[in-house]
Amino acid sequence: MGPLSDDGLVQLLDVDGTRVADPDWEPYASHLTPEALRVFWRLMTLTRTFDAEATSLQRQGELGLWVSCLGQEGAQIGSGTAIREPDYVFPSYREHGVALTRNVDLPQMLTLFRGLEHGSWDPAKHSFHLYTLVIGAHTLHATGYAIAMDKDGLVGSGSPENDGAVICYFGDGATSQGDVNESFVFAAVNNAPLVFFVQNNQFAISEPTTRQSRVTLAQRADGFGIPRVRVDGNDVIAVHAVTQWALRHARSGQGPVLIEAFTYRMAAHTTSDDATRYRTRAEEEKWRQRDPIDRLEKHLQQLGQLPDEFRTAVEAEAKALGKRTRETVKAWERPPLLSMFDHVYAEPHAQVEAERAWFDRYQQSFIDEGSHA
Amino acid sequence: MTDTHHRVPAATEQESAVRTMTMAGAINAGLRAAMERDPKVLLMGEDVGQLGGVFRVTDGLHKDFGGDRVIDTPLAESGIVGTSIGMAMRGYRPVVEIQFDGFIFPAFNQITTQLAKMHYRSHGSIQLPVVIRVPFAGNIGAIEHHSESIEALFAHTAGLRICSPATPQDAFDMIQQSIFAPDPVIFLEPKARYWDKGDVDTDAVRTRLDAAAATADIGRARVARPGTDVTVVAYGPTVRTALQVADVAAGEGTSVEVVDLRSISPLDAATVIRSAKRTGRVIVVHEAPTAHGVGAELAARIGEEAFFHLKAPVMRVGGFHMPYPPSKFEHEYLPNLDRVLDAVDRVMAH
Ligand SMILES: Cc1ncc(C[n+]2csc(CCOP(=O)(O)OP(=O)(O)O)c2C)c(N)n1
Repeated sequence: MGPLSDDGLVQLLDVDGTRVADPDWEPYASHLTPEALRVFWRLMTLTRTFDAEATSLQRQGELGLWVSCLGQEGAQIGSGTAIREPDYVFPSYREHGVALTRNVDLPQMLTLFRGLEHGSWDPAKHSFHLYTLVIGAHTLHATGYAIAMDKDGLVGSGSPENDGAVICYFGDGATSQGDVNESFVFAAVNNAPLVFFVQNNQFAISEPTTRQSRVTLAQRADGFGIPRVRVDGNDVIAVHAVTQWALRHARSGQGPVLIEAFTYRMAAHTTSDDATRYRTRAEEEKWRQRDPIDRLEKHLQQLGQLPDEFRTAVEAEAKALGKRTRETVKAWERPPLLSMFDHVYAEPHAQVEAERAWFDRYQQSFIDEGSHA
Repeated sequence: MTDTHHRVPAATEQESAVRTMTMAGAINAGLRAAMERDPKVLLMGEDVGQLGGVFRVTDGLHKDFGGDRVIDTPLAESGIVGTSIGMAMRGYRPVVEIQFDGFIFPAFNQITTQLAKMHYRSHGSIQLPVVIRVPFAGNIGAIEHHSESIEALFAHTAGLRICSPATPQDAFDMIQQSIFAPDPVIFLEPKARYWDKGDVDTDAVRTRLDAAAATADIGRARVARPGTDVTVVAYGPTVRTALQVADVAAGEGTSVEVVDLRSISPLDAATVIRSAKRTGRVIVVHEAPTAHGVGAELAARIGEEAFFHLKAPVMRVGGFHMPYPPSKFEHEYLPNLDRVLDAVDRVMAH
């Protein structure tokens, strides 16, 4: 059972959109009414539209880079919808779908990719930390945050509705990082309320997961004493169910869990990558047949629960989001130059102050020259 | 003059409490005072609990504050610093111990790419009041990786404050100011000075901590000894050497002013430049290799801002560009009395 096999995946919806019976996991999906499933479909669709829009904005030179989550919407919306207050999310850098479930304004996220700022949203407001670009570094922040949540009495308090946990997203390549392994150690020995959510999209840029591991990524949890689940990441219902379970497990004080969502990155790693160098059209086609949105759509249609009015409304909403994304990005202006000196430190720092003052004078000198001319 | 920061505000209702302590004892007392002041202060590190740390700096704190606040961590430096970031995000004030200077490198990534930058990236919405305590520098006859001077590696990174006390009083004060500062602080404890004794007024810092922005105080240099002919700039372990140099030089008729930097980032260049303008001759003394170091930074600043006051080029006395040598060589590797006195002779010859 290697890291690229699909053995042992939890599945509640098969590729044709038919519900699969699984008495173990069904209880964590039984609350999903057709209406809730339509919300999943809507969120996945909006994520995909936004992603496509950002990709084309990058192609037009409006963004420096774009990191697509195409194909991973099932893993992201399935898990994101299981999160609730006071849970806290530590994303990697590809979790645009999860961001949507946290009510982060998607167009606003693009300031990072346009080179206007390093962090685009208020993490505390959305319980959604900033993106972390150093692979795996945030898994330790998530661990510390989870330990502190426990210290604050938010875990296993006896009233489950008030309990919280942390969920941390990272990729298959990240599992090789020291920090990720250290976070497994710290989370395990501290019984931290933490769900590690690995999106195994099967590549770390060009390297297949076989270059990171000989066993499934889920199995890596075993050596740390962390319970694990391997789920079909393109099955939004199954992902939602296992994440529900894992978060409840963590919130109740039973410690960390690792989820491996087995999925596929349909686009290149980023807009700077050329995926044709390391994978085949046939492979991509195989995965297109397992598309998470199509699969749920088929299911809703089987149920007769995707009425035309709903579909039309979501399509209109997606179109409006695309338009707003374009307009927002193109309307941005660079903030005043001196603002780049802001927030280096919380308290004034002599070096920063001196350099800001120098730079201000330097800039001012051009303006003065101009006015003399 | 900036050597006034130890002056105690007159007649508070608290009796002035002056006790003689070692530097290690002063840090311990400072940690205890900070933990009493704020329940969000946590200590973390390898062996900091029951053992009290390999240098016993956290001695007795586990017994008095319990394992929830004095936490023995797994043996993983990146993990220690990385988890402290997450805890600080929830309002805690973690004080982490890196067991020895040479073992900070596994945490280098967390410190430079994460701890230092979170405030900037988050537009100031995330503050990380984390203190990283490091027993640092050499001169204790230790084996490999136990004597490194790492300050320049971190001073080059914006977002970090780096300081090093040279006296028990400063150790007691500065550890508390570092803990209550809103920015991350690398607190370099000169391990060869852990057993040096001095008088510590344990009340003065409390008054300052109650004042707004009192923590900025850790960024100020102090004139440890006034003089007129040569300025010797030192910090941490080399301050004592510099004071010895001043004694010997005085016997030879040369008046040496000793500036104790206390802080490496920010660098209180203004105090150094004022002194440079007075004496016209400056020697910077640190244990770290001189190449690309704090001395180089100061020499450049003095050149930029006090060029016409200089009677001699700014000199540096420090370690060589080599791995810290085996300890049988460290006396000559380190800026010892003779090497600094030689530099005094050379600047006086101009
Ligand atoms: C520490 C580190 N090393 C290298 C990189 C460059 N890099 C960016 S993304 C990436 C691949 C990550 O793959 P994976 O963890 O599987 O996540 P995915 O991008 O597939 O979601 C690499 C090597 C980095 N950002 N950080």
